[in-house]
Amino acid sequence: MSDGRINLKLKIWKQSGPNFPGSFADFEVQVSPDASFLEMLDELNNDLESKGLEPVAFESDCREGICGTCGLVINGQPHGPIPKIATCQLHMRNFKDEDTIWVEPFRAKAFPVVKDLIVKRSAFDKIMYAGGFVSVNTGGVPDANAILIPKEKAAESFDAAACIGCGACVAACKNASAMLFVSAKVSQFALLPQGQPERYERVQKMVKVMDDLGFGSCTNTYACEAECPKGISVRNIARMNRDYFVAKVKSANLEVEV
Amino acid sequence: MGWLLESLNSSLGKKFIMAVTGICLILFLIIHLINNLTLFLGPEVFNNVVKNLETIKPLVRVVEVILLLIFIFHIFNGIRLWIENRQARPERYAVNGSSKNADVFSRTMVQTGSVIFVFLVVHLQTFWYAFNFGSPLTDLHKYYEFVADSFKSYAYSGFYIAAMIILGVHLNHGFQSAFQTFGWNHKKYFSFIKILGAVYSIIMAVGFGSIPVYFLFFYGGN
Repeated sequence: MSDGRINLKLKIWKQSGPNFPGSFADFEVQVSPDASFLEMLDELNNDLESKGLEPVAFESDCREGICGTCGLVINGQPHGPIPKIATCQLHMRNFKDEDTIWVEPFRAKAFPVVKDLIVKRSAFDKIMYAGGFVSVNTGGVPDANAILIPKEKAAESFDAAACIGCGACVAACKNASAMLFVSAKVSQFALLPQGQPERYERVQKMVKVMDDLGFGSCTNTYACEAECPKGISVRNIARMNRDYFVAKVKSANLEVEV
Repeated sequence: MGWLLESLNSSLGKKFIMAVTGICLILFLIIHLINNLTLFLGPEVFNNVVKNLETIKPLVRVVEVILLLIFIFHIFNGIRLWIENRQARPERYAVNGSSKNADVFSRTMVQTGSVIFVFLVVHLQTFWYAFNFGSPLTDLHKYYEFVADSFKSYAYSGFYIAAMIILGVHLNHGFQSAFQTFGWNHKKYFSFIKILGAVYSIIMAVGFGSIPVYFLFFYGGN
């Protein structure tokens, strides 16, 4: 250790493309405990590039935990060992000198690896296209309080809408199930009056697309909730199940068209 | 009917089947345990209970067929879900962090379920077969004596006790999981459901497990 910096051994997943086999590569870094996990990877990449070596490919955007772009599995846990934060908010002070850190991409059939630690998460977009919206003509600006929404309902809906779509739920789930994500998106509309007209069609469509994309089923391990950077509750999954069964019983449509 | 099959084949539908069949089996176990606990009331009571069941045999047979179907659906769907869920993650993680974000009960349902299946086969092959198709003791309506005789073996009783503990582990997750699958996860009541499930599982494990323990350690004097 020098000037408070810590030495770490990194085992990082390297994979040159979707159809290539990957393997772990070993790196050693000396990093400030105040650095974030992504800054540590930046430093590593600067160092690799200065030596003419290929940098480690990883994704990031806002680096303040609101965009959901950065997602790494650190020592077996999506977004690392600290609850309710994204990878970019994880700081190296949470690791000890001489620790070995395993860094892997999110692993799921529906999230193929693009390169190294980057995975393609457009499966989530496809689920959103199927019903993650309210199709109404907005018209003019409505009068204030024209639609009454209790504070608790608005807050509950907002809690569900806090999902940043990072995919940590899929990564954490032993079945690579997307239930927490889909249920959060279903719930944010199901709780508000604006979402009611399409409530039961929406849940059927989104679940159908989710299934078609090859995500697993739910075993109710609640690992998703534990690893979610936004603390999305599994009660949303219960709501989705409820809405889905009600939809199946009540809906007059014999086929779900997406 | 296409919509129904499609619904039950969806990821949520398969879970629904697991939950419905699971709840049926949970209810069945309560009745089974009450029946079994009559063993503690002595040979006369137990032998009479079994003899009384003989008189309503056609009804018992119907219930048995329904039970068999429930078991088949539960097991078939469980295995199917396990295979499909594994396929959803073709490449495993090098570091398994699941112990940090999920409890051991929920992560081991297929393993505990498999042990229970092996137990079920052994259990049916010994007790159910003897009670229904006869054996030297059961032919004389000495059902109690047959049970006592079976549990004389340390290996057999040990297997039963271990299987009942595993059953408790399986039920502890299954109970609350069924409620979550039905969508009955309420902020106020769900912690109560979890406790109720744990109490139920302990009662089942201790209740069923107490029978081999009794015959192994306390019955020998007679």
